Amino acid sequence: MPYQLVWLIFLLPLFSFAIISLFLRPFLNHKPKLGGYITIASLLGSLGLSVWALLEVMAAPGHSLLVPDINWVIIEGGITIHLGLIVDSLTVVMLIVVTVVSLMVQIYSQGYMHGDPGYHRYFAFMSLFTASMLGLVLADNLLFVYVFWEMVGLCSYLLIGFWFHRPAVADAAKKAFIVTRLGDFGFLAAILLLYFNTGTFDIGQLHSLAITGALAGTTLTWAAIGIFAGAVGKSAQFPLHTWLPDAMEGPTPVSALIHAATMVAAGVFLVARTFPLFSHSVEAVTTVAIIGGFTAIFAASMGLVMTDIKRVLAYSTISQLGYMMLGLGAGGIAIGIFHLFNHAFFKALLFLGAGSVNHATGTFDMREMGGLRKFMPWTYATFLIAALSISGIWPLAGFWSKDEILASALQNQPILFYLAMITVFMTAFYMFRVVFMTFGGEYRGGGAEAHGKPHESPSVMVMPMVVLAILAVVSGFWNVTGQFGAFMGHGETHSFAEGFFGILTHSLPWLSLILAGLGILFAYAMYSAKWLSAERIGGLFKPLYTLFYRKYWFDELYERVFVGKVLVGGFFAGLQGFDTYGVDGAVNGVASGAIATGRAIRRAHTGQLQLYGLFIGIGILAIVICLYFFG
Amino acid sequence: MLNLELFTPELTLAATAIVVILLDLVIPRKGWLVVVSLAGVVVAAGFTIAMWGGSSQAIFNNMLAVDNFALFFKLLFLAIAALVILASVDYVSKFSRFQGEYYALVLLSALGMMLMAATAELISIYIALELASISLYVLVGFLKDPKSTEASLKYLLLGAVASAVLLFGMALVFGFTGQTQLGEIAQAIQGLSLSGVLDSPGLILGMVLMVAGFGFKIAAIPFHMWVPDVYEGAPTPITAYLSVASKAAGFAIILRVFYSAFGLPSWLSLDWGFIFAVLAAIGMTLGNVIAIPQTNIKRMLGYSSIAQAGYLMVGLAVVGFSPAAEVVGRSSLLFFLASYALTNLGAFTAIIAISNKVDSDLIQDYSGMGRRAPLLALALTLCLISLIGMPPAAGFMAKFYIFSGAVQHGLLWLVVIAVINSVISAYYYLRVVKVMWLGEPASEEKVPSSGALRLALSLSCLGVLLLGVIPGYIMKLAEMAAKMFAF
Repeated sequence: MPYQLVWLIFLLPLFSFAIISLFLRPFLNHKPKLGGYITIASLLGSLGLSVWALLEVMAAPGHSLLVPDINWVIIEGGITIHLGLIVDSLTVVMLIVVTVVSLMVQIYSQGYMHGDPGYHRYFAFMSLFTASMLGLVLADNLLFVYVFWEMVGLCSYLLIGFWFHRPAVADAAKKAFIVTRLGDFGFLAAILLLYFNTGTFDIGQLHSLAITGALAGTTLTWAAIGIFAGAVGKSAQFPLHTWLPDAMEGPTPVSALIHAATMVAAGVFLVARTFPLFSHSVEAVTTVAIIGGFTAIFAASMGLVMTDIKRVLAYSTISQLGYMMLGLGAGGIAIGIFHLFNHAFFKALLFLGAGSVNHATGTFDMREMGGLRKFMPWTYATFLIAALSISGIWPLAGFWSKDEILASALQNQPILFYLAMITVFMTAFYMFRVVFMTFGGEYRGGGAEAHGKPHESPSVMVMPMVVLAILAVVSGFWNVTGQFGAFMGHGETHSFAEGFFGILTHSLPWLSLILAGLGILFAYAMYSAKWLSAERIGGLFKPLYTLFYRKYWFDELYERVFVGKVLVGGFFAGLQGFDTYGVDGAVNGVASGAIATGRAIRRAHTGQLQLYGLFIGIGILAIVICLYFFG
Repeated sequence: MLNLELFTPELTLAATAIVVILLDLVIPRKGWLVVVSLAGVVVAAGFTIAMWGGSSQAIFNNMLAVDNFALFFKLLFLAIAALVILASVDYVSKFSRFQGEYYALVLLSALGMMLMAATAELISIYIALELASISLYVLVGFLKDPKSTEASLKYLLLGAVASAVLLFGMALVFGFTGQTQLGEIAQAIQGLSLSGVLDSPGLILGMVLMVAGFGFKIAAIPFHMWVPDVYEGAPTPITAYLSVASKAAGFAIILRVFYSAFGLPSWLSLDWGFIFAVLAAIGMTLGNVIAIPQTNIKRMLGYSSIAQAGYLMVGLAVVGFSPAAEVVGRSSLLFFLASYALTNLGAFTAIIAISNKVDSDLIQDYSGMGRRAPLLALALTLCLISLIGMPPAAGFMAKFYIFSGAVQHGLLWLVVIAVINSVISAYYYLRVVKVMWLGEPASEEKVPSSGALRLALSLSCLGVLLLGVIPGYIMKLAEMAAKMFAF
């Protein structure tokens, strides 16, 4: 098949978006199922093409395909921008992640969103999101990466705010949008900086410039830091992490797709995509490792005390994204992306499980759940597998990638290694705290919207969970032989048996397994067997507990101090005051209501018109003075 | 030489305006007025297109230039006039009298703006500007309610002040160079062998006064005070017209005058480049920040247009800072104007349709429009996204083009301010989007719109998307227009 077909991978969901929003919503809104079917059909097509692309790339020399590109803008002596695709090992791994998870989430959504009045709108946005995410992965120049980067942000904004009748929702959507844009500012600055130093947006060319040393020194470092700022915003790393937990107000399948598996991983992907820029700047690569390692433990600590199941998962996502950044910074592309690959499946599964639980109990508050193991065996079994996987239990997927991150951290960033080891314990603890509080013990009645006894979700929701559970077990096997690393460009391969059991002859995996086991044991002791009282321990560490529970007061710091005091209270109010009282004062509202024409004219004659004229005069004077001093 | 064939677009428009007024007296079905006006605009556009690409010429003793630059703007004004006429149909059909005058004034004002883009001589610049402005003063006051009257009066009085300032500036420039034709002014200035600001205070003062006079037209701070009141009080289609056509005409004349007459020596062009850079920074920041607390959407778009004028002045600063042979500053400015015109017209057209139904311009009354009028809300969303400068809408490419020129010519500080401003502006534009899509509708009643309005809206939105997705073609046109200065 010709390689032009790769274009279809992201065009198919785009068509699906166009069909749903232009034809189905206006004309066939009484047939809600159609939107879901079209989305799923387009994603099946994309998934098939992605698998084909994966096989082609594996067979191709240098693990990269040449797809013919298009000249988008040519201005003589000005800008030339190509529209092209980059199809290499990194791209195809991401394509598989995005299409698989998106397909599973769309199937699941058929059940979860059943009967929602915004059914078509939901699938239209989901299609648009998937198309943008695939475009982001495929684009071969930074300008287009940025275009799609903004588009996934926009879709995320629309989808978080999907249930607009809940007041917290709109604020969360806005917060997500604004906070991530802070990072985007850095990204855009980096793109401009790179362009005016190299004259190109092309990622391949930037790679070779960085590798040959033509692009080096502070320019390279600042560009890399700028790109990383964008990644910090998107991947909710410290200090821009505050938006992700709030984003959980959106529908749960949205959280599974966007805020667990794909969009938040786009930051990690971006660093990997431009990795030569990082690897040739010690400062940049160290920054990535430190921010990642710190975020991992910082977010995990807040996950320990949350009572909303989705919030726990959100902090867990931030923490795991931190692991990925640490993996990139300390070990390289293969290690960071391998964790991204595995994490996508088990974290999406955890979110779908949380959605399933919510479907049955009408709440996300774990204190109102309990005992669901009996009522929801499938959800329980799949959730348990995902929890074991994320805790890094041999031989599930999470074990393999986490082990590589820990090993590379031990080698290159010893201090971060210790933080990461503590995080292993925390991860296992908070995950099994969720498992025991939700599924163990007796049922505590559910939320206000609960109806009768909880029941297992319909098979359309269970089936995707089972598929993802299988992936959460086996996805890690890809690198048991070292094949994934080799595919990504470095590392040697060995036999499966050697990798599978041989790893247990080392001490590091045992250490992390013991820590994870301890975490699970503590959770069991506190929340299942009740050997230890959670309240007593919370009381014992009261200051720490409060610190974690209030999220280190970061929301307060940002909202009250920065936005509230500095921006709104100071800067904006000052300017607005100037405009309202100085310039605009009498005018506002003068004409409103039934004021006679004559009076309005009289008004216009007196006072502020002269003031306006005066301003023109002052303006001219200011320019003249300015020119004489600086001109 | 009297090459009247080069003057056919203007003649056609003038004739159409007169015919429309006369026709209004005799025909009972006012719909024909729209048809005749549009036909005149289309014929004028046809004449203009026929001249495109030819060599630059001057007519009426070098008073008017017929070059691609002028033709580009003429086409832009004709397109804007056509869209405004289409968008006005619903609005104007409610008037009991003076429908013919309304369309005729729109056409006459377009005629004035077309002349503004072509004039190359100080006195005819002033006359063209007054022809465009006086028609607009009348149109702003067309509603005859207190707000509209107040707006018109303020616009008239402040416009008169600005005109006086402009004339004073022109007089000073004439006094120091002895010329009124732009090319001859340029020669005279170069003949003076000046070396800095302090050599020629009178000339510089004249230039600054001209900046102020034109600054009023483009709504540059601190000459912007009329904008919020006039935008709020004027009939909405006229607000749309003011916000794009009048601004574009202002930029056309500034480019022509400053580039042709004050382009050399280079310290002079650096000086006015610097003035515009500072005005740009102030305009963007104040416009965006003050737009945030606004509750009336027309007022908000008024401040937004002040901010957009700031982005545009970044382009003027680039022209001042770059060597004369370089086109990037001018062509990016032309591209931005085209993209901004389509975007703002689209936004205002959607607002006209919505306010026809809900009879309010308050943002809170747009609540739930996503459900009451999904297509209108979608179009307005697209236009607002374009105003933020987000892909894939035209605004992204436009900003990108201007900012990249600015970075190339050492204006990085200005670009940083501009990018921060874009982030700030997202807040108030998105607030409207949020209200429309996430708010509860006040009623379930659908919002109707006429065919003409839908046509205007579809054309604008199509343009916004095309310029955003395949900008190359218009960029080429802009580049051709920027290269072909006659002087």
